[in-house]
Amino acid sequence: MFFFKLVARNVFRARLRSTLTIVGLVIAVLAFGLLQTVVRAWYAGSDAASATRLIARNAISLTFSMPVYYREKIRAVPGVTGVSVSNWFGGVYKEPKNFFAQFAVDAPTYFPMYPEYVFDPDEYAAFLRDRRGAVVGRQLADLYGFKVGDTIPLKSSIYPGNWEFTVRAIYDAKDETTITRQMYFHFDYLNEQIRKVFPRRSDQAGVFIVSIADSSASADIARAIDAEFKNSLAETLTETEKAFTLAFVAMIETIIVAIEGVSYVVILIIMAVAANTMAMTARERLSEYATMKALGFPPRTVALLILAEAMLLAVVGGAIGMLLTPPVVQVFHAATISVFAKMPLVPQTFYLQAACALVVGLVAGVVPAVRASRIRIVEGLRHVA
Amino acid sequence: MKIPLSYVARNLWVRKLTTALTAGGMALVVFVFAAVLMLDAGLKATLVSTGSVDNVVVIRQGSQTEVQSGILRDQAALVETVPEVARGPDGRALVSKEVVVLNSLPKIDQPTKRSNVVVRGVPEMGIALRPQARIVQGRMFRAGSSEIVVGASVARGFAGVELGQQLSFAGRAWTVVGVFDAGKSGFDSEIWGDVDQMMQAFRRSGYSSVIARLATPDSFEPMKARLDEDPRLKVSIKRETKFYEDQSAGLSTFITLLGMALSVIFSLGAMIGATITMYSAVATRTGEIGTLRALGFRRRAILAAFLGESLLLALVGGLAGLAAASSLTAITVSTTNFQSFSELAFSFTLTPRIVAQALAFALLMGFVGGFLPAIKASRMKIVDALRAD
Repeated sequence: MFFFKLVARNVFRARLRSTLTIVGLVIAVLAFGLLQTVVRAWYAGSDAASATRLIARNAISLTFSMPVYYREKIRAVPGVTGVSVSNWFGGVYKEPKNFFAQFAVDAPTYFPMYPEYVFDPDEYAAFLRDRRGAVVGRQLADLYGFKVGDTIPLKSSIYPGNWEFTVRAIYDAKDETTITRQMYFHFDYLNEQIRKVFPRRSDQAGVFIVSIADSSASADIARAIDAEFKNSLAETLTETEKAFTLAFVAMIETIIVAIEGVSYVVILIIMAVAANTMAMTARERLSEYATMKALGFPPRTVALLILAEAMLLAVVGGAIGMLLTPPVVQVFHAATISVFAKMPLVPQTFYLQAACALVVGLVAGVVPAVRASRIRIVEGLRHVA
Repeated sequence: MKIPLSYVARNLWVRKLTTALTAGGMALVVFVFAAVLMLDAGLKATLVSTGSVDNVVVIRQGSQTEVQSGILRDQAALVETVPEVARGPDGRALVSKEVVVLNSLPKIDQPTKRSNVVVRGVPEMGIALRPQARIVQGRMFRAGSSEIVVGASVARGFAGVELGQQLSFAGRAWTVVGVFDAGKSGFDSEIWGDVDQMMQAFRRSGYSSVIARLATPDSFEPMKARLDEDPRLKVSIKRETKFYEDQSAGLSTFITLLGMALSVIFSLGAMIGATITMYSAVATRTGEIGTLRALGFRRRAILAAFLGESLLLALVGGLAGLAAASSLTAITVSTTNFQSFSELAFSFTLTPRIVAQALAFALLMGFVGGFLPAIKASRMKIVDALRAD
């Protein structure tokens, strides 16, 4: 008991220094948590991917399309329960910075594969009836203030001309991981319009979404689909939806890895600061430690005293930092809502934060602790800070 | 009278551990700060060297990249006839009609991961318009054959593109017959082949873009006006330098914003470190401060001495951080540029401007961190200070 009281008193002896160190720790733990969350946010799309959906695309790259009749051939592959078409539209809403995804899909086959999008049945029926109708996700609707009945003008970088779509339905997310940041409209409408201007570019599918009953057979089914189109003009590459979305993240992996690496740099910085604090503290109190030793306390007690003080600083700083993380992430997400659809705070982030704070405390305390425990009583008593 | 700098420096030298830890923290911040600036500078250097001011890029109106664009054959022919375009000694227009597609290739270090590589079909004129590209291995592809040459960064970063190997796409096998070095420009991240062969293979009826050499450097405006007026053409024209600059604007902004945000947050930690160190320096040297004041040094001199100590500390940290960052220049970064949706390799580039910026940033941290402690030191009363020990 006496021991802990002494530690607590010691921490607040140099009040300014301890406060500054704790503030530094709070900032570091907070920054670390934020960066880890940002890294996680890139993977939000793959978290939302289903294991029972496959994506078939042109093997050359996503910028190449496939004949839309492939749909019938894919449907005939054993294990396939449904096939739909989706084309990336690449539209710009007013200004290029208003980026959001738009897809031209075959709605009657597409949405049954995505039960995570929850529609109002009447709105959905109205969408199916309107050839120029579109549906938007709740997040997207909130972002730009889209309402049912609104007209959304789009300029496409891929399909020439000005396009207009009428919002017929707004869908909600079924659960936490679902992202509702997309806009969908009818593939048939896009196809008709393209046929008028560029007959050669009509009847082309960007990707096929393939639903399967048994997710464990996904690899075999994907191989069977690709075998179907081997040596054709447009060979396919089929993978699970998760692998497909992860491939996008992998493209900028270098940057994500850098952010993750840098998040540990802030911990190193604060480690240097905390180690400095403890080294100065211990140096100033050398004569005290010598006195304690002269009174008969073993070196271990002296060492533990310093270590405990460092740990206390780390625990207090780490705890405050962790407590502040959720509100700060919320504010940050609000500021970057147009970039990140989701910014999930996962338990691992908190574990890592706690671990980092404890490591900082341990590293900061261990050298001065060992030094103080080794001090010779005579020298220590003579020491002037 | 001023307190000599050697006094300031020795104070730092005496407390080696504290100095090292505080300067170390600052060094890490400066390292991150400089690294980000170097990355952005490298990206810009790559794209600046990709374009030439004398060349223009013509793509379809509304498209932002060559991949999205489409130029019909007769439209391309029209561009060739424009008087603002330079002509060779044989009277031929210096125009390259090209087709650009993306091909996803496996990375060399992780074969399961694929990234998009620009595959460019060029005529002979296209090679002539880019004198920076030199064959360093093998030879140039032969016109009319299914041969390709790969850029140096592609050769380094992707699997299956060594000399003599074959890439199969668009229903054909393409043999790699050479590696070219385009002087660290964006072309290093591309694969080149014969334009007519590629158009046949990809079953394209039109080109992606038209590159033209201007007759004189100031022919750009008249040429733009002429193309804009022509109702048969729906194209957008840009100087090649501007075209490539625009291609990377998003990536550049992203890197800069991210880096600056990180540097500011991290510098808070380092400044707190400097403040702690300087406060403790003031506290342990109270008697000394009293003596200096008694000797006749003014408050201003004390302030300057402690601020100087903090600045020196920061300078040491800044130099250490810069030294560490300068070792990054050997590293090449390869990532997908989301605007062009294709892989782009560039390296960390250290410029004198970045050195100055990083050191200024370090000194700023030292100044902010040392300011309050130095004020405290200068405000001490002589009697109190002398009595402190």
